[in-house]
Amino acid sequence: MTINLTINSTAYEVDVEPETPLLWVIRDNIGLTGTKFGCGIAECGVCTVHIDGRPVKSCSTTVASAVGREITTIEGLSKDNSHPVQRAWIEHGVPQCGYCHSGQIMSATALLSRSPKPTNSEIDAAMAGNLCRCGTYLRIRKAIHRAAEIVQDSKRS
Amino acid sequence: MSMVMDTKLSRRTLIRTMIGAGGGMLLGFHLPGAVAAVVAPKPWTTLTDGVEINAWLAIDTDGTVTVRVPHSEQGQGALTSVSMMIAEELDVPYKDVQTVFADMNRHVNYGKEYITTSTNGSAVVRRQHPHIMQAGASARERLKAAAAKSWGVDSIDVVAKQGMLSAGKHSAGYAEFVKLAAEITLEEEPQIKTPDQWWLLGNPIPRVDVPVKVNGSAQYSIDTRLDGMIYAAVNCCPVPWGSLIRYDIDAVKGRKGIIAVVELKAIDGKTGDSDMQNGIAVVADTWYHAKTALDLMTIEWDYGPDSNVSNESQAEEAQRLFDVTGEVSNEVGGDTLEIINTSGKVITADYHRPYETHARMEPINATVSVTDERIDVWSPAQDQGLPLRLVADQLQRDPREVYVHTPFIGGAFGGGGGGRTAVTRQAAEISRQVGRPVKVIWTREEDIMQDKQRAPVHTQLTAALGENGLPTALTSRAVWFTRGAARRIGPSTADYSISTMPYLVPNRRHERHNVAAHIPTTTHRGPGANQNGFIIEQFVDEMALAGDWDPLTWRMEMTEGMEPWQRVLQKLKDVSGFTTDLPKGEGMGIAIIEDHRSICGTCATVSVTRRGQLNIEKVIVVINSGYVINPLNAAEQLEGSVCWELSHALYGGLDLKDGRFMNNNFDTYNLMRINQMPEVEVHFALSEDGWWGGMGEPGGPPTPPAVANAIYFATGKRVRSTPINKHDLSWI
Repeated sequence: MTINLTINSTAYEVDVEPETPLLWVIRDNIGLTGTKFGCGIAECGVCTVHIDGRPVKSCSTTVASAVGREITTIEGLSKDNSHPVQRAWIEHGVPQCGYCHSGQIMSATALLSRSPKPTNSEIDAAMAGNLCRCGTYLRIRKAIHRAAEIVQDSKRS
Repeated sequence: MSMVMDTKLSRRTLIRTMIGAGGGMLLGFHLPGAVAAVVAPKPWTTLTDGVEINAWLAIDTDGTVTVRVPHSEQGQGALTSVSMMIAEELDVPYKDVQTVFADMNRHVNYGKEYITTSTNGSAVVRRQHPHIMQAGASARERLKAAAAKSWGVDSIDVVAKQGMLSAGKHSAGYAEFVKLAAEITLEEEPQIKTPDQWWLLGNPIPRVDVPVKVNGSAQYSIDTRLDGMIYAAVNCCPVPWGSLIRYDIDAVKGRKGIIAVVELKAIDGKTGDSDMQNGIAVVADTWYHAKTALDLMTIEWDYGPDSNVSNESQAEEAQRLFDVTGEVSNEVGGDTLEIINTSGKVITADYHRPYETHARMEPINATVSVTDERIDVWSPAQDQGLPLRLVADQLQRDPREVYVHTPFIGGAFGGGGGGRTAVTRQAAEISRQVGRPVKVIWTREEDIMQDKQRAPVHTQLTAALGENGLPTALTSRAVWFTRGAARRIGPSTADYSISTMPYLVPNRRHERHNVAAHIPTTTHRGPGANQNGFIIEQFVDEMALAGDWDPLTWRMEMTEGMEPWQRVLQKLKDVSGFTTDLPKGEGMGIAIIEDHRSICGTCATVSVTRRGQLNIEKVIVVINSGYVINPLNAAEQLEGSVCWELSHALYGGLDLKDGRFMNNNFDTYNLMRINQMPEVEVHFALSEDGWWGGMGEPGGPPTPPAVANAIYFATGKRVRSTPINKHDLSWI
């Protein structure tokens, strides 16, 4: 059936079954491949996107449930790496293989929007659903603190 | 984590930076000053035409240098390391360098100009640096010769520095002479630089692939999209080498988007890493359609003779073989067995590490497009030459018609990815049969069950202690369950770190049983050293404590005169404040292992509650890799490998039952998460005396035994198998 979606402020019309996981619509029907497939059961977080600003595991979210809501993927943060979380990720050289980091960055961005200066335990709680096989966790933690700083600094100036 | 530079290295870096500032170089010690080279989101594309001086590099009219990297970028920094080594010798500002992946078709079919395309064994820097640096040095000397010829001066008088050639009043950028340089043959190839001549290597340089990995633009194999491309989901027999009896094709016929069902067939006698298992592929217009249809299809398997194999049955077999003499892999000194039999003080212990899987975050996948004219391949292989050869073999086509497009790889970890699983052959076969480009993606369950696993081992160790408390004799008897590559390379990894231990035990005998099992096995980041490190470095503590020795003093004593080991142990002592004198519930543990020629020591600090809750407070890592070309990337690799092996030791272990793996997704095969990651502090203690060690793996092996040794001091409990979290660590 025809389904209308808003992704990164762009309207899309796709012909898919309503129970299709949002992940596959984003990747295969629309062609935004920054959002990744990892486990299919909402355990690894590489498929994390925002729906109305909240982080969701798109592999286990039906496309029907995203209709009429604002979907944001990694491509929607910024193309020029100017988003504070992207800048912090670059400063701390966080990604290694990089595959999980679209999801990591989306979870981190959502955390910072609800908690602008998160503690380590808030970070751990918010990021525990995002696996990283390369083991970049320490740099993720540092980069989230740094991103919080960048946002603070830009507000001050 | 904090990165603490060895004083020696930081002083040298500082001096270089000062010279650099005077000479107008762009590099600084502080990171923001060190502008990284660039890489495109589709790194197989040519960024610039340029003029090629040799296979490794081309220079554009504006002076941009394109470095072609024949190794895979799987997060270990190959693009950065290789381009740094070329830039070092070529002497160009690193900001003027861009990196692309080398053309595999050219390499495999036309002269193997890159020597090797493999990306394993932590070898890109330690083993390949001579020929990579040679390529840069040769290009530099040919540029100088070209300028000398044009200017009518002696090439000895031409200076090549930071992309500029000069001699007396003459001066020009490299680009001006690149065409001429490409035609020059040197009478004698230059020597590569010695470390004291480096201006770029040895500095902390950010990896070039980071920017494309924070905005979704980096293209992995799984992201390949081609005109007319269709998708396949596959299901192979869960018990390897089993066969297909029947499947219910009617369940998927007529479903939306379904294009074909393809039977995948194992071929008798073909049991190599990339050979097919028996299975079924459903091909559809989207992967979701293919996968959901496959789930609906009832498949009946003949599991074959191995469907009763389990972790328990292997453990029983190991117990039986502990009493049987094995193949002797190494012997030192005199009659070890006799010394043990007649010794007054003997200790013995049994250790075990289970199967583990690679579980790269990018599930195994491949895309192949077969046409009459050419074949195009995207496959997450550690050695990108392999998919080319596999596809040519599978389709019986001329390898010159096969084009591999090297993508970014979402983790590799020694598993070989698309080069050592059947996925690339599957994609080639399906594309040939359906006549369209096909992307095959394995579900996570398929990925874990059909991967080549890390081999399990059961090891019994026995030692006799002398009057001074130090061991006079030691034996090890290991039982491995292997098939495939790990079987072939068994002798090199099976006893690694045990039979190759540095310790001056006067009499040693190492035996192994290499039991042929049906589960295919292969290398796994830190192969052998990870399994055996946990075993030998805990047994060292057992021997030390039984002989009334402090574990650190024991290791210093038993490696006396071995400079690379003493350097690490001394540093570890200085920075960790290791002590066995802590209140119950708290503990520090140490371990030291050689892996891929690097010697790595760790100190873990833990606390364990009375109820048995373990908290790893900190892991200190000290590495001696001889040299380090990029301390920033090195520290990242060490932190990552600490997480890698702690993950298996604390939470891992595949559950083999009925011949197959029961825990085949992340709800049951547990990996370390951010809230479980301890602080890691990295120190370098570099010998800098002519030998090179690797960096991608050595941080893993010594970490779990250090943690387990710390647990012993905290609780009095010796944890001799993993996962550690299945042990009761409570204490009174």
